[in-house]
Amino acid sequence: MSEIKLAQHDQSSFLLTLEKIQFCWSKNASFILSLDSLRLGVGEKVFLEGPSGSGKSTLLSLICGIIRPDRGSICIDGVDIVKLGAGQVDRLRADKLGVIFQQFNLLPYGSVIQNVLLPLQFSERRRKQASVSGTPKEEARRLLQRLGISTDLHEQKVAQLSIGQQQRVAVGRAIIGDPQLVIADEPTSALDHDSRDQFLTLLFEETARVNAGLILVSHDRSLASDFDRQLDIREIVRTSVIGTQ
Amino acid sequence: MTTLILAWRSLASRRTTALLSIIAIAVSISLFVGVERIRIGTKSSFTSTISGTDLIVGARAGNVQLLLYSVFRIGNPTSNISMNSLDAVKTHADVAWVVPISLGDSHRGYRVMGTTNDYFKYYRYRNKQPLKFKHGQEFDDLFDVVVGAEIVEKLGYEIGTQIVVSHGIGAIDGAAHDNMPFRVSGILQRTGTPVDRTVHISLEALEAIHIGWDSNNPIPINEVSADLARTLDLKPDSVTAALVGTKSRFGIFKTQRFINQFKPEPLTAVLPGVALQELWTIIGVVETALSAVSAMVVLTALLGMVTMTLSTLNERRQELAILRSVGAHKTTIFLLLISEAALLSVSGILLGVGLLYGLLFFIHPWIEQSYGLYLMISRPSLYELKSLCAIFLTACAVGVIPAFRAYRHSLADGMSVQR
Repeated sequence: MSEIKLAQHDQSSFLLTLEKIQFCWSKNASFILSLDSLRLGVGEKVFLEGPSGSGKSTLLSLICGIIRPDRGSICIDGVDIVKLGAGQVDRLRADKLGVIFQQFNLLPYGSVIQNVLLPLQFSERRRKQASVSGTPKEEARRLLQRLGISTDLHEQKVAQLSIGQQQRVAVGRAIIGDPQLVIADEPTSALDHDSRDQFLTLLFEETARVNAGLILVSHDRSLASDFDRQLDIREIVRTSVIGTQ
Repeated sequence: MTTLILAWRSLASRRTTALLSIIAIAVSISLFVGVERIRIGTKSSFTSTISGTDLIVGARAGNVQLLLYSVFRIGNPTSNISMNSLDAVKTHADVAWVVPISLGDSHRGYRVMGTTNDYFKYYRYRNKQPLKFKHGQEFDDLFDVVVGAEIVEKLGYEIGTQIVVSHGIGAIDGAAHDNMPFRVSGILQRTGTPVDRTVHISLEALEAIHIGWDSNNPIPINEVSADLARTLDLKPDSVTAALVGTKSRFGIFKTQRFINQFKPEPLTAVLPGVALQELWTIIGVVETALSAVSAMVVLTALLGMVTMTLSTLNERRQELAILRSVGAHKTTIFLLLISEAALLSVSGILLGVGLLYGLLFFIHPWIEQSYGLYLMISRPSLYELKSLCAIFLTACAVGVIPAFRAYRHSLADGMSVQR
């Protein structure tokens, strides 16, 4: 199935490619993760199914450049981040990636709007992008409005918000300044059925609007149908536990 | 800048613990600077015990010993100096004035000092302030006595009170010179110097009460009455020491040389400032110890701050992971934690200094009144500013501990959710 999808994309239009990755947590670690190939087209939405312990957190950390593989290449928008320095990777992450966690996505001491604006403090590119039609703050307000966060909540502390609202604010933070790839790690696991559907709809709308790719990791198969492609992490990633010497 | 704002907001969200840390630092800073102020205060009170006197002359002895008995009324002179020698000093071309003093008796534990009315005229303390009479005046009658402020306060004397001088200077009064009672004629204002604890009588009166006393025998043999004493020639043969003023600064060393090389009698002349410095180096050790203790207290407060930061670090792993996810560099995480230490310590230092100034403002008149200790409310000295900077840098240095821990966390946690 992935080959069919891949065929639709021109080689150069890949947003993300991971090739021949090998990673172990530390020198004498018992846990090794290896991945042969993973490719994602521009604007493509991929559902990644995986139970806990399957290496998904490690995979996401690799894609975000927080950890580095021992072997292989990870290209984002044509740039191999394995070859970049730590500072450059951080800048690239700030410029091109938006991340949504399972829960507790927001800084508890910031207001809703400050949380949405947070990535702009680390990315010149996204600050410019968010200023195309007005100030970044106006852009953040528009974004929050679309995500169904009413104006009276914008200046509130995030603790005032429900979990569902917090996750939608997290979408706003991930999407502001038009990143190219959004990575969501079990973003709906804390939500009830209705808010889950609403969340997904908004997430799709927003990523589509800025033409960002999306990798969503979840163990909930019922979400999978609306994605361009469904992958099982156990099929693309091999993890092995070896005895320590 | 962004890091500093983030650090500030993060601290504000944990304001109870942050405030406690700040207060702990502030109190320690107040203590530290307070000790420093007291140190300066005691030193200046001490070194300003005597001023305006160019030389102190006594029998051949060490500088400190001469200073101790002549100015601080501590210890005993080895021997007296003869009046003839003193007259020779008085007639030296460079000498402007000589005030003789005689010690040896006491009154209820306070030293009695025989001198002349010139003493009240020439004795100066702190920035050349003269002695001032709060009540009454200098000696008029032979048996007039002028007492210091502390004596009046403790013993409740007033003008006209009759007092008796005791022989010797033991803690327990020796035989009383009760055949010749004195009358309080003057009360001096508080000076914060040993003058406050001195009973001043005239040299002649001192001579009078010792008529018939053998210097080696504490029992009087041939006491005379006060009225008879008045008729006698009471010029003493010798005195304990003398304060000397010269006509010009240049004359000081010439006079000192003259006195030190005085042939007929071995004499010592010391510059009060030099002797005071010498004495201070001996007792200054205590002050250094006090400073060291207060520095330890500051260090303890800083360690408390680090403990607080470390204990909250685990709960903040998610916060750090969020910052990493939006592109914060791992050194940003490091700097964030250092910034917190910096903010906490700066707030603590400012609050502490403010606290101390507030306290000083309210208590310094009282301290001056009751202890004669003059505490300055002035701008922080260069030494204090340097110390505060050093404390700030130490805070940042110990802040490295949680910063490094957070840095490690942010690497180990990766993109996974830690809560």
